[in-house]
Amino acid sequence: MNEISITQILFVSTALFFIGMYGLFTRRNMITMLMAIELILNSVNINFVAFNKYLYPGKLDGVFFTIFVITIAAAEAAVAIAIIINLYRSHHSIDVDDASELKY
Amino acid sequence: MNNYSYIALIPLLPLATFLVLGLFGRKYFKTFSGTIGTASLLASTVLSLYTAYNYFFIDGKVNGVFQKIIALKYTWLQFSPSVSIDMGIILDPISVMMIVVVTFVSLMVHVFSLGYMKGEERFATYYAFLSLFTFSMLGLVLSSNIFQIYMFWELVGVSSFLLIGYYFEKPSAVAAAKKAFIVTRFADLGFLIGILILAFYSGTLDFGVLIERLTSTQSSQYISITSASFLGASMLTWGLTLVFIGGAGKSAMFPLHIWLPDAMEGPTPVSALIHAATMVVAGVYLVARLFPVFSIDVTALQIVTYVGAFSALLAAIIACTQTDIKRVLAYSTMSQIGYMMFALGVSKYGGENGLGYMASMFHLFTHAFFKSLLFLGAGAVIHLVHSNEMKDMGGLRKLMPITHITFLIACLAIAGIPPFAGFFSKEEILLAAYHSNYFVYGIAVFTSGLTAFYMFRLYYSIFWSREADVHDAHHGEGTFSMKLPLIILGVCALVAGFVPIASLITSDGAALETHVDIKFSALPVILAVLGIAMATFLYKTKSDRASNVAEGFGGLYTAAYKKFYIDEIYLFITKKIIFNLIGRPAAWIDKNIVDGFMNLLATTTGKISELIKGFQSGKVQNYTLYFFGGILGLAVLFIYLWK
Repeated sequence: MNEISITQILFVSTALFFIGMYGLFTRRNMITMLMAIELILNSVNINFVAFNKYLYPGKLDGVFFTIFVITIAAAEAAVAIAIIINLYRSHHSIDVDDASELKY
Repeated sequence: MNNYSYIALIPLLPLATFLVLGLFGRKYFKTFSGTIGTASLLASTVLSLYTAYNYFFIDGKVNGVFQKIIALKYTWLQFSPSVSIDMGIILDPISVMMIVVVTFVSLMVHVFSLGYMKGEERFATYYAFLSLFTFSMLGLVLSSNIFQIYMFWELVGVSSFLLIGYYFEKPSAVAAAKKAFIVTRFADLGFLIGILILAFYSGTLDFGVLIERLTSTQSSQYISITSASFLGASMLTWGLTLVFIGGAGKSAMFPLHIWLPDAMEGPTPVSALIHAATMVVAGVYLVARLFPVFSIDVTALQIVTYVGAFSALLAAIIACTQTDIKRVLAYSTMSQIGYMMFALGVSKYGGENGLGYMASMFHLFTHAFFKSLLFLGAGAVIHLVHSNEMKDMGGLRKLMPITHITFLIACLAIAGIPPFAGFFSKEEILLAAYHSNYFVYGIAVFTSGLTAFYMFRLYYSIFWSREADVHDAHHGEGTFSMKLPLIILGVCALVAGFVPIASLITSDGAALETHVDIKFSALPVILAVLGIAMATFLYKTKSDRASNVAEGFGGLYTAAYKKFYIDEIYLFITKKIIFNLIGRPAAWIDKNIVDGFMNLLATTTGKISELIKGFQSGKVQNYTLYFFGGILGLAVLFIYLWK
């Protein structure tokens, strides 16, 4: 089995990050946007684990950070879904373009 | 030596009353506020009388000379080790006399107002303002520091403004209040500059030190102030003249007198207190306070003399033609204050030559009683008739016997008929003028005849002239609280002339011998009797004799009736000249340059905001874009550019 190089892993995580970015900017549905954010966070997680494994194999700091990020992502999802529910209650829609009253 | 620190209570009691009535009066003491004000002032009056007794008869005198006593002194603002503004209380014969006069007249006015102002909507406010005035006036006369006197001076002006404008629904009252405030304020500018000049050269603001330094001819301060000159007059003359301008403004001396007749828009008891007996003599008091300095400067004293004498004559002539009874009294006040002023002007410092100073203070003392009596009597008449015009009055002697008798006493007093109060004081003034300046003496004697004439013109027009209309009698003479002050003041106007002022108040504090010289008194008394006789002939019964005489004088009568067009001259100067030359350019600069600059700033900001407001679109994804764009920008900055 060939050893997988760090470049390949970084390629995957970069791809994942920009897919998330693209989703965040193009989708108008808030749940899809939330999913896109999760993709971005996961691409970061992959980076953390990869750097930990390839650069500092004797340490666990990167893995810990990943755990943190997952926790925070869970909390963030909860908050975001609560916001979405409230938005739906007040606007009867979860399209972000429908909620653009807060402007100049 | 007694401890005099309780004197602080005399002004502080009215201040406390002002605060209590001003803050809570309208809500909690709507009907009692008059009683509260009167009670607290009664306490002040008793304290003043006690002080006067202590000072004049127990321990004011050292070796036969009255001393200046600094009862209290508290340094308020220390500018440098030697210059400070102090809050202090000075006791000397004139300040002690003034606190007695001020508290006593104020008390009478407080009592009178109980009846006169009854049922007014702003009854408590009225008493609060009266208390504020009394406090300021007492503070003024007790000041030991020239800057302290200036502060109280302004406070007096403010309370006068508030009381003139008491009926603020009447446009004329508002205009009169503004006029009084602006004219006196304008004069106070002179006063302030005068204070600064005197203080600059003498290096102190304290009266005692200032007088001591500027009167000793060897002192360096005296040499510097007399040797410095500006436009041909020494700085001493300038300083004193400017101080006198302040005094002239408050005391309604020509040409700053125009506010006083209009000030009669205030409630009549207020006119009695402020515009007859107390505030308007503040100018006289100020000159008297600085008299040792004035007495060494001949030019300043001559200005005082001629302004006083001219005002006395001018006001007396105008008073003969006015038909509003309060305006007649206002002009007569101005005339009498003119007497006090020129009496000071012809006086010198010390000994027999200080007769004018004593006479002036004597006249101030007696005038306070009979003039406030006249105003309160006029108030009672106005209360009954509801008009200020002579043509609405006449034949009131049966309807209001007490007012009639007391008014008559006051008229006799001001006309200078012996043995009423005005005779003695006017006698001394004329004597002082006779000894130093025949021209002024001539004016004074002539004016005293005029005074008798116009006062009795007033008296006959109110109480005789025709039979009273029946509808005038719909209510009586007034409440007991209105009659009592009239009676008390009437008694005072009878006996005040016998108070031995000559042995109490003199320029240097030592007693002065005076004696009534029958040969000298004869002329003014005869003139006064002639004036009265003429008034009797013209006005006792209704006839057209008066109007015939008026026609005989022709243009002079019209000019006097129009107050010699002085108001019109002022209007011309202010409206046509000052407004056009200063006001309009200033307005143009304000509108176009000052406002223009501000508008430019505002429109520029507005335009820029208009341009960039699109960034705040309300769309979440735009914000995300800015956010990531920002991070990208920072990343580029830190990685590639920030080396």
